[in-house]
Amino acid sequence: MTAAPATAVLDRDGLDALVGVLRAQGRTVVGPTVRDGAVVLAEIASADALPFGWGTEVEAGRYRLVPRTDGAAFAHTTGPQSWKAFLHPERERLWSADRRADGRLSVAAERPQRPSYAFLGVRPCDLRAIAVQDRVLATGRHRDRGYQERRTGAFLIAAECTEPGATCFCVSMGGGPAAEAGYDLALTELVDETGHRFFVRVGSDAGREVLSGVPGRPAGPGTESAARAAVDAARERMGRAMPPVDLRTLMGDSLEADRWDDVAARCLTCGNCTMVCPTCFCTTTEEVTDLTGDHAERWQRWDSCFDLDFSYLHGGPVRASARSRYRQWLTHKLSTWYDQFGSSGCVGCGRCVTWCPVGIDITEEAAALHDELAARLRRQDEREEREP
Amino acid sequence: MSEAPTLAVFKLASCDGCQLTLLDCEDELLTLAGTVRIAHFLEASSAVAPGPYDLSLVEGSVTTPADAERVREIRAQSRFLVTIGACATAGGIQALRNFADVEEFRRTVYARPDHIDTLATSTPVSAHVTVDFELRGCPIDRGQLLEVITAFLAGRKPDVPDHSVCFPCKRRGTVCVTVAHGTPCLGPVTQAGCGAVCPAYGRGCYGCFGPSRSANLPALIPLLRRDGLDERATERFLRTFNAAAFATARASREEET
Ligand code: SF4
Ligand code: SF4
Ligand code: SF4
Ligand code: SF4
Repeated sequence: MTAAPATAVLDRDGLDALVGVLRAQGRTVVGPTVRDGAVVLAEIASADALPFGWGTEVEAGRYRLVPRTDGAAFAHTTGPQSWKAFLHPERERLWSADRRADGRLSVAAERPQRPSYAFLGVRPCDLRAIAVQDRVLATGRHRDRGYQERRTGAFLIAAECTEPGATCFCVSMGGGPAAEAGYDLALTELVDETGHRFFVRVGSDAGREVLSGVPGRPAGPGTESAARAAVDAARERMGRAMPPVDLRTLMGDSLEADRWDDVAARCLTCGNCTMVCPTCFCTTTEEVTDLTGDHAERWQRWDSCFDLDFSYLHGGPVRASARSRYRQWLTHKLSTWYDQFGSSGCVGCGRCVTWCPVGIDITEEAAALHDELAARLRRQDEREEREP
Repeated sequence: MSEAPTLAVFKLASCDGCQLTLLDCEDELLTLAGTVRIAHFLEASSAVAPGPYDLSLVEGSVTTPADAERVREIRAQSRFLVTIGACATAGGIQALRNFADVEEFRRTVYARPDHIDTLATSTPVSAHVTVDFELRGCPIDRGQLLEVITAFLAGRKPDVPDHSVCFPCKRRGTVCVTVAHGTPCLGPVTQAGCGAVCPAYGRGCYGCFGPSRSANLPALIPLLRRDGLDERATERFLRTFNAAAFATARASREEET
């Protein structure tokens, strides 16, 4: 048996055939699609549902859909949802209990449904975000069975970035617009004189098998180098960057910074940033009883460190001030995440910047904290020089 | 078996919409009627049993000296008192009078001003008596009302979050109307509870559940301005069913900074 090639080129029909093959395998195919003035993630029945001809213009606190003349499907940037909406759904029943006629309780654990997902158009930052959530929910000390079951066997088709958004900063978080690991297939969309096509790379055996069922053509060196060039160019066009310092130490040294008061005055504590963040995983549980008191259920739902009840211990919330809650979010993302899970909690997707109603920008906050710390250290040095 | 707990529903200055929510619980109404004894609920039945009552739901705000007296009587008759709706929890739309001269209204509007016996302000029930739980909304949410009653029956705390409307809005996957469309929205400063209905239909939240526990009004105002509301329009936007509560929340944050 000859091994199927590791690359291919698909045209629009090929992309549609790819969706067809995945659906024929019984998978729920989820991909970007236009709804309510944004590119959202939803189940798609065919590649026609992809946002062909739509781009996005984003800024801190602002998102607009803009038509594109080139008909590209993956030239938009990250929208209001991430794949966690599917792998780690916002609300899920954990168990239910009933009081039986003899007065005893019967408790039934929820068997998580196992939809077999195929995600089409996973950005490289989101591949990294899924890997971050895997370390938290699939392999860590606090495994979430629902997450594990949905994640196992999910088929990931990456879409490399050729049009980074103005709020993207993956490169400064150690990533970049190229898909490096964790995908089954990776697409790079090209629209040029040769036409509208998708360069495909195989990333797993499952990917190879799926691709073998899709009518495509071999990728010539021209297509491959055009794809590389487009993604390399995107590296240079990041909209934003984190300050090039050790963010972990910066956060640790900034716990008493004045900047937290400044950002707390602007922050609505609305929680949007944590909801849109593809790595935030926090949940709370909700105990439901019915009127008869004979039936109870426990549900898990998304929570956020911006909720006052999140840090409620007897008597009141530990993080009562907006300052302490914003600080929890930023220090967790950029610093304490390393202590817990061995990596940064931020992949630089820019969602929290775009979808913060008041446009609070974590790269700007980190830079301001860095400036404040540098100024403090400078003053300390000067003092020491004066009085040795 | 011990006797079923008694439920009473009372009304002060209000539109009746909130108590109607109880009758709207169609699927649960029979179970409810089997779990509690409805002792006083004029909207449903004119048969009234005397107090004391185990659980009283009070709708409406205090706008007359008679209301103030009545709410004290209700309190005295109630083991557990829950206020329901924006009127009872924040003074309602009628709290607009708090920003105006009621004496002048009385003189201009009524042919016989001396027949009008009213207070200068519309205030929440909690300004007069101790309230055990306040359920927000204009009108209240059916699911939350059932949760409060169920929690009371089970002797537990109701699960009624006081975070912003943005929580349920994002959780249900709605595209943010402010960020994506530049639509003025009070969601970031309003308490959740409605399920973020308005943004799901493409319109901004108008705050009918009142300010969220940590509402930062001063931070939202520049955004409302950017999205086309001038000073007067901003004021009107904030002065609806929870006018007094938003004014208080705004003033207290402005004082802090
Ligand atoms: S913190 Fe912001 S930029 Fe970083 S991964 Fe989360 S949403 Fe993306
Ligand atoms: S930033 Fe907040 S919501 Fe996100 S994971 Fe950390 S504690 Fe949880
Ligand atoms: S952050 Fe990087 S990987 Fe993510 S969308 Fe932007 S360019 Fe692509
Ligand atoms: S940083 Fe922005 S999105 Fe996050 S809680 Fe504050 S105002 Fe909301």
